[in-house]
Amino acid sequence: MTRVVLVTGAARYLGGQIAARLAEQPDVDRVVAVDVVPPRQDLGGAEFIRADIRNPVIAKIMDAADVDTVVHAGVIATPMQAGGRATMKDINVIGTMQLLAACQKSKTVRQLVVKSTASVYGAGPRDPAMFTEETAPKHPPTSGWAKDSMEVEGYVRGFARRRPDVAVSILRFANVIGPSIDTPMTSYFSLPVIPTVLGFDARMQFLHEDDCLEAMRMIALAEDSNACTGVYNVAGPGVLMLSQAVRRLGRPAIAFPRSLLGVAGRSLGRAGLADFSAEQVRFLTYGRVIDTSRFTEDAGFVARWSTPEAFAEFVRGHGLTPLLPIFATEQDALKQEVR
Amino acid sequence: MTQARILSFDPDGPRRSRRSGARGSGSTSSGDVPRGNGDESRNGDLANGDPDVLARLGNAVDFVRRRLSGDYPVDEFGFDPELLDSVLMAPMRPLYRSWFRVEARGLHHVPGEGAALVVANHSGTIAVDAVMTQLALLDEHPDHRHLRMLGADLVFSMPFLAELARKAGHTLACMADAQRLLAEGEVVGVWPEGFKGIGKPFAERYKLQRFGRGGFVAAAVRTGAPIIPTAIVGAEEIYPKIGEIPLLARLFGMPYFPVTPTFPWLGPLGAVPLPSKWIIEFGEPIRTDDLPEGAADDPMTILEMTDRVRETIQQGLYRVLVDRPGVFG
Repeated sequence: MTRVVLVTGAARYLGGQIAARLAEQPDVDRVVAVDVVPPRQDLGGAEFIRADIRNPVIAKIMDAADVDTVVHAGVIATPMQAGGRATMKDINVIGTMQLLAACQKSKTVRQLVVKSTASVYGAGPRDPAMFTEETAPKHPPTSGWAKDSMEVEGYVRGFARRRPDVAVSILRFANVIGPSIDTPMTSYFSLPVIPTVLGFDARMQFLHEDDCLEAMRMIALAEDSNACTGVYNVAGPGVLMLSQAVRRLGRPAIAFPRSLLGVAGRSLGRAGLADFSAEQVRFLTYGRVIDTSRFTEDAGFVARWSTPEAFAEFVRGHGLTPLLPIFATEQDALKQEVR
Repeated sequence: MTQARILSFDPDGPRRSRRSGARGSGSTSSGDVPRGNGDESRNGDLANGDPDVLARLGNAVDFVRRRLSGDYPVDEFGFDPELLDSVLMAPMRPLYRSWFRVEARGLHHVPGEGAALVVANHSGTIAVDAVMTQLALLDEHPDHRHLRMLGADLVFSMPFLAELARKAGHTLACMADAQRLLAEGEVVGVWPEGFKGIGKPFAERYKLQRFGRGGFVAAAVRTGAPIIPTAIVGAEEIYPKIGEIPLLARLFGMPYFPVTPTFPWLGPLGAVPLPSKWIIEFGEPIRTDDLPEGAADDPMTILEMTDRVRETIQQGLYRVLVDRPGVFG
């Protein structure tokens, strides 16, 4: 059985990569990749169509190509990528609505995979240590990408109710990190001095970019598409504390009281250095850990890189060198002497 | 890992050996040397045991290097066992041994492995009793169990306290976390009286307050973990709370602002706890794995069990109180 896959958000790293990866698969006939701007990376065997998913033209593309699988990776994480928060919200929410409307009309679509984020759980002091897919957020996100994703998920659930014959999967990814991807998290860790929250140490999970792509590929091309429908948490095993991650980077950290970090962060954000939205500050304060056991059970997915390994890959790939005197070598020498 | 847990700069190491000698209990018994580090002899004199000193120095260097390079494991709850054992607990050990002279009884009631739910009375204005119970199980239990406590959400919203609590292995008192920890075979500690217990006036000492909604019992029943009713005597007298200042409590967002005979009158000096004599008695475990299927969803069973646990702890308190030689013993 051959397939025709539509991938949205193809101009950005993960969208483009998943389009290229799907195009390589033997049982995939054709991959149609769409986005509002042309991709900067090579999409391999995927065909790129410059189309705005906020526009009903998407339905025509789907009809013309007889698309049967839709991978929605088009939810944008930062206003910088879209050219303003208003456009970002438009692309995320209105775009998803148009896409889902097109899917609902389509006679050929039988599978929908939505790339979402674990940030829909929010982060706060009254949350359990680990979020399962059922955990009701105690501190739901109030702005930005996380809120958009929450709304997107709401529309997707509505679609799943109206079209029970379509297998719908929502993947909530932990922070995707790795040698190539650029996200608010990677730019945060690339700062020469890492601002942290005084008196808090966030628990963090990372997912290697390749594991993220593999998870989407696995679900999109599952033999039995109905085996893995619903919501899934996806993250690399293990946890890093923020302080621990900073130490692994070998960079100094400055702790700001939480209220100040918001203010200081906004000026950094304006300078285009890093994202310090309210959601991001909450995450840096309380952290978030998701329980991935359901995805492992249902889909048999095991991330190849654990959280610490994914972080190490990111550090290596971005060529981040410690700015502090390297304790490791000094201490190792001392240890040698002692022995 | 095991090597790193013993630190040459542990300020309490030598004192511990001395005390154990004075008590006349076998100084080499594992009870006195925590974390089963028998091979790292503590009795080695710094002056004549050159290889020993060097090994210790090597360990300390190794420890510092690993801490500075972030090369240590934490679990999903943010628990950092290495930090807890070697750093966080270090200042608590003198308090445990010399100041409160804590006597831990019935440690054999806490299983060497597998889940258990330690339920205890709460008192003392600040949660020193919880830390001492944790230390009792860590240092004196033959299997050095880590007590994973369930705390109020206030703990996790306060700067520094939130960070410390997570690193010491504690988590929010909620059904999901309680069940997860018990299912993983951890010893979980719960203080069901909460702020009502810890912040009660001195006049009401050793009178158990209301026990929440019995959520902790339901968690134990669901996972089949035994409940260990624990009576802590001594914590009531460390900061005898004779009043409170509601205005300051509101100002700082605290549940209460305590007034004791010395605090806040003597300033920081008033925050020194009184050296009462402590006894922590771990009681006979109450089994939950023999209850019929679905017992966790039967409110009657849960409420009855909650009452039973509460009664057992109250009885334990009275018994130990009578037994204690004197408040400052």
